[in-house]
Amino acid sequence: MEAIPISWFLVLSAFMFAMGVTGVVIRRNPIVIFMCIELMLNAANLAFLAFARQQAQLGAQVAGQVYTILVMAVAAAEVAIGLGIIVAIYRLRDTINVDEMNLLKF
Amino acid sequence: METLLNNPWVVIPLRVLIVIGFILTMVPGLVWIERRLLALMQIRKGPNRVGPAGLLQPVADGIKLFFKEDVIPERVDRFIYFLAPAGFLIPVLCAPAVIPWGPDDRLTPIADVNIGILFLLAMTSLTVYGIVLAGWSSNNKYSLLGGLRASAQTISYELAMGLSIVSVVLLTGSLSMRDMVLNQQGSLGMLNWHVFRFFPLGLIATGIFLVAMLAETNRAPFDLPEAESELIAGYHTEYSSMKFAMFFMGEYASMITISAVMVTLFFGGWLPPLPFAPFTWIPGPLWFLIKLGVFIYFFIWVRATLPRLRYDMLMKLGWLRLLPTALVNLFLIAIILWWQQ
Amino acid sequence: MFGQILFGIMALVIVVTSIGVVAVRNPVRSALNLVANFFALAVLYLLLYAQFVAAVQVIVYAGAIMVLFLFTIMLLNLGAPAELAERFEWKRPITWGLALLFVIVLAGGVFARLGEAQPAPEDIGTVQMVGKYLFTDWVYPFELTSVLLLIAIVGAIVMAKRRL
Repeated sequence: MEAIPISWFLVLSAFMFAMGVTGVVIRRNPIVIFMCIELMLNAANLAFLAFARQQAQLGAQVAGQVYTILVMAVAAAEVAIGLGIIVAIYRLRDTINVDEMNLLKF
Repeated sequence: METLLNNPWVVIPLRVLIVIGFILTMVPGLVWIERRLLALMQIRKGPNRVGPAGLLQPVADGIKLFFKEDVIPERVDRFIYFLAPAGFLIPVLCAPAVIPWGPDDRLTPIADVNIGILFLLAMTSLTVYGIVLAGWSSNNKYSLLGGLRASAQTISYELAMGLSIVSVVLLTGSLSMRDMVLNQQGSLGMLNWHVFRFFPLGLIATGIFLVAMLAETNRAPFDLPEAESELIAGYHTEYSSMKFAMFFMGEYASMITISAVMVTLFFGGWLPPLPFAPFTWIPGPLWFLIKLGVFIYFFIWVRATLPRLRYDMLMKLGWLRLLPTALVNLFLIAIILWWQQ
Repeated sequence: MFGQILFGIMALVIVVTSIGVVAVRNPVRSALNLVANFFALAVLYLLLYAQFVAAVQVIVYAGAIMVLFLFTIMLLNLGAPAELAERFEWKRPITWGLALLFVIVLAGGVFARLGEAQPAPEDIGTVQMVGKYLFTDWVYPFELTSVLLLIAIVGAIVMAKRRL
């Protein structure tokens, strides 16, 4: 268990984050875009936990895990609101393509 | 032999096989018991042709299911359609890994992990996937409605269930299932169990768990996902042969698992009801099985007694009755514990 | 050694499923990829001595959030692929290229500067330990999170109800 270098976790986290960004840019389905945002949040969580393992003090090590839990709570709130918005838009306009949600755009 | 049994690469797979085998062999017996008991309660005969008293009926059913034609409807999402039954059965079989069956350390099937109850909650919450995906992938509106109902129902009742579990966690001060049982040990026997702790409060938590456990396993009177009078068979309408059998086994296995959780959390696990001579002669695992049997009987009894709830009543019961009650109950328990310190 | 092999398998799962989330056209399959991804992440959290976080990851993400996603997809009946025409095709290769570049740059930075893992006590990720810090050092962020969740509940109900 001891010998896994922290950098491996960080590279994996970077990869997940990059995939999340890619998805947000190229996909048009808001639900998939949401999932990609979740992917990015989880990449951040993994990085938090990996960095926490590098700290010398106990308090700092646990702090990484505390951050992760807070991020999860924020993610849960975000999903509840976001999916609510999507359902509301679908009821109003019968489509959820993000390219057609342009009422606020010049 | 001794060294072989101490090698974790041998012992742990063996334990996994034993616990899964145990649950899966209990399922056919349970089916027979349920059919016979229901018949008894409804004053009819029940299965009585295959073998003595119909005992071989489950075997015959198994053979029938095995050799039945596997019908796959048109335009289903094949990959997900095949994945769904496995996605239902696997978490159900994983869940008992942390339930202690007896005082001996080796009687906890896999390990007494310090997040035991969280592991169990995680596994029971995963069973929704199988149901939702089965409903969605079958390309049938009845299945879809069944799947939607099941997911809404499971998510709603998981909250009340979680809150009643949290009250046990508060009483114990640990998430390990073993510590929860040991916390119920005492000179008063039954009266030390969590059901009778802080008299009405423990009982209320138990009642909430009881209702939530019926809803979680999609059993009557909460079997709306498979309400046959309106939805044919709900999410497994389009499943036949062994894929249907997997859903069937999963349902009964989750009944066993959740009854075991009930016994562990509130009814003292392997502890005898009275801590003196004639009761302590019976070994712990046997007590556990007896209590388990009581709750299995309860499941069947409720099925024979209560009519199915309407869907809006189910949601109202979950969100407007159980959840606030569970919250207030948890709050009161916390206050009493704080008072005692 | 065992840990490294486990890491390798889980990293492979994570790589494949993260690409899957982005590249698969059917939203239900995207969601399933994401579920598998979160599972593999939970195993990695265990390797990082974060048992409680791993359990919460499965309960919150796999058990609640992703079910909500699937529920919405099924409710809006978006399961049929090719429902949404994906426009701006020229964006795709550029974005994939940029993502790759990003990973390479970050990986280079990580390997250039990072040190080894510090020794940690065994009980670092238990509920007791996390709870102790959550309710002492981090109590204000924790309470603020509860307010945030309350706002989310109220907001979701306001949006979901047709008439209040």
